Amino acid sequence: MHPLRIERLVYRWPGAARSTLGIGALSLASGERLFLHGPSGCGKSTLLSAIAGVVDVPTGAILVADKDVGALNGGARDRFRVDHIGMIFQVFNLIPWLSALENVLLPCTFSKRRLERSGEDPAGTARNLLDELGLSDPSLASKPASELSVGQQQRVAAARALIGKPDLILADEPTSALDEVAKAAFVDLLARECAEAGTALLFVSHDRSLEHHFDRSVDFLALNGGAA
Amino acid sequence: MLGFSLRSLWNRRFVAGLTVLAISLSVALILGVERLRDGARDSFANSASGIDLIVAPRGNSVQILMATVFGVGGTGTGMTWDSFEWLEDRPEVAWAVPIQMGDNHRGYPVIGTDASYFEHFRHSGGQPLSLAAGTFLSGDGADAAVVGAEVAARFDYAPGAVIVNAHGSGEVSFDLHDDAPFTISGVLAPTGTAVDRMVFVTLEGFDALHAEEDAPAADPLDPAAMPTDDHDDHDDHGGHDGHDDHEDHGEHEGTEAKHSHEPDRINAVYVGLIDRTNVLGLQRAINERPSDALSAVLPAVALTELWGITGTAERAMRLMAWAVALAGMIGMVVMLSATLDTRRREFAILRSVGATPTRIFALIVAEAAILTAAGLILGLVLLTVATFVTDPILSARFGLRLGLNVFGAREMATLFVIFCAGLLASLIPAVRVYRMTLADGLSVRL
Repeated sequence: MHPLRIERLVYRWPGAARSTLGIGALSLASGERLFLHGPSGCGKSTLLSAIAGVVDVPTGAILVADKDVGALNGGARDRFRVDHIGMIFQVFNLIPWLSALENVLLPCTFSKRRLERSGEDPAGTARNLLDELGLSDPSLASKPASELSVGQQQRVAAARALIGKPDLILADEPTSALDEVAKAAFVDLLARECAEAGTALLFVSHDRSLEHHFDRSVDFLALNGGAA
Repeated sequence: MLGFSLRSLWNRRFVAGLTVLAISLSVALILGVERLRDGARDSFANSASGIDLIVAPRGNSVQILMATVFGVGGTGTGMTWDSFEWLEDRPEVAWAVPIQMGDNHRGYPVIGTDASYFEHFRHSGGQPLSLAAGTFLSGDGADAAVVGAEVAARFDYAPGAVIVNAHGSGEVSFDLHDDAPFTISGVLAPTGTAVDRMVFVTLEGFDALHAEEDAPAADPLDPAAMPTDDHDDHDDHGGHDGHDDHEDHGEHEGTEAKHSHEPDRINAVYVGLIDRTNVLGLQRAINERPSDALSAVLPAVALTELWGITGTAERAMRLMAWAVALAGMIGMVVMLSATLDTRRREFAILRSVGATPTRIFALIVAEAAILTAAGLILGLVLLTVATFVTDPILSARFGLRLGLNVFGAREMATLFVIFCAGLLASLIPAVRVYRMTLADGLSVRL
């Protein structure tokens, strides 16, 4: 089973003159951590959107957990996404009026698979994850997410992506709002947790100093050579 | 989903609270207007039951009905006792009750009548008057008085208490008949109609009141005490027309003993027929009686006329109430729409964890449903509190009882319509959100 396999993906935004994506082949093995780097605005986020099934991609081009994302219709893609993919964004990952713990548990409320894979006590699992990500203070877990620092918020987002052991985590520049020390620590923790959960990680960033945390590094511009 | 919406609203509880308040006010207003209207109609309809015709000096039928049955305002200049006897002797007539009006007891109307009133008067769909204590007016005892339940409760009257009446119908009167007191013989059981607010005295007692007033010079400042023009002055006395010319009194004493006291003039007559189908014929005969200018009023017809008059005001009130409801709904749409832009991020996050655009659409509708439902519940609470607070005032002033637990099918339908309107209104922001989430995907550029 491949968490992610891309073959001959061509994508053009509706109305755009040129294709944004033209990827010959890219795949991740189970538990593999891939660092995808490239300058801003080159189409990395579009690729993540395509994998997550938010944009319409041609059938047969993207397979997540061996399932053709392009063949699913709208609502089914949303449900499929939460079943198999955890996502971390650059900033504002959390629902501000829910507590940190409730934010972590969100995938479990929308996905039966994630709930089942969170163990007997999902809240306990969520607390353990927060704990392992350095948010061991129990008062933090019950605080509204809006009261957490940016670094804490990103770690809560990581815990949310990890809960229920999805096949793949997509991380879109999750460290760009963090300082150097916090950055390294965050990537380190994320990599470790992914390894523990057996989750593949596709980490997108323009910051090549983080490269050494990963199994493999790919230059997005080289990968996207098929775009024309 | 509902819990999620609740949490989301709680996060915006101040604005959400204001929205709920706006909706609840409109609900209370809409139901309140309806209840007031129904209460008024019921209490008016109940007050006039069992009377086939009200005969009074020629005048407007609504005015006659209001004056006689509800004790509000007055009738024309009085009718002769001859006319009463003529009426009483008509073959169609089963009974006739004489009515004198124009005095008040501490703001409550005083009715001069005889024992037949209590025999024939019916209220609330045919129930006779009953006593809570004491006895009805009997033939003897000219100074006897029977008081309605509310009068008794308000002033703590019981049989044996001595009361003093005043001239005119205003609440504040300086022209007290304190030289002609009455002794309460009975207290009526509550009826929920205008009778509760009335004081009944005998015809003789009613006249005696004014006989005393005509007595010479109790007060040098009172023009009525001036010997030359005392009769003319009675027209100024705020609607009291059942005044007796005592010089003529002797005429009647020998004729018959049907009525223990025969006043010269009375204000109105309640008439009951043997056969109701004759009512129109009798009405015509009364209207055409040459010796006295009389009107015969069918209570039901006069009530319909009254509703015709108040109908415009009712419609205006109802329109206002629904306009407030509309404003409440617009307020809710504004509240839900205004926050959409700042919540785009929230929706993107929800989508990233598996919420479909349809679910986010449902989230907005659920929020509207919660707001509207909370508004409905709070509105009912407000209405109940308002009813509780105003019920004593309304029943004291207007004899209106709204009742605390009337919750009919029509009110349910009204609430349902408001609820549906809330849901319908929420489609405006919900559709916007649906489109927005589809376009935004997972990455919102802020």
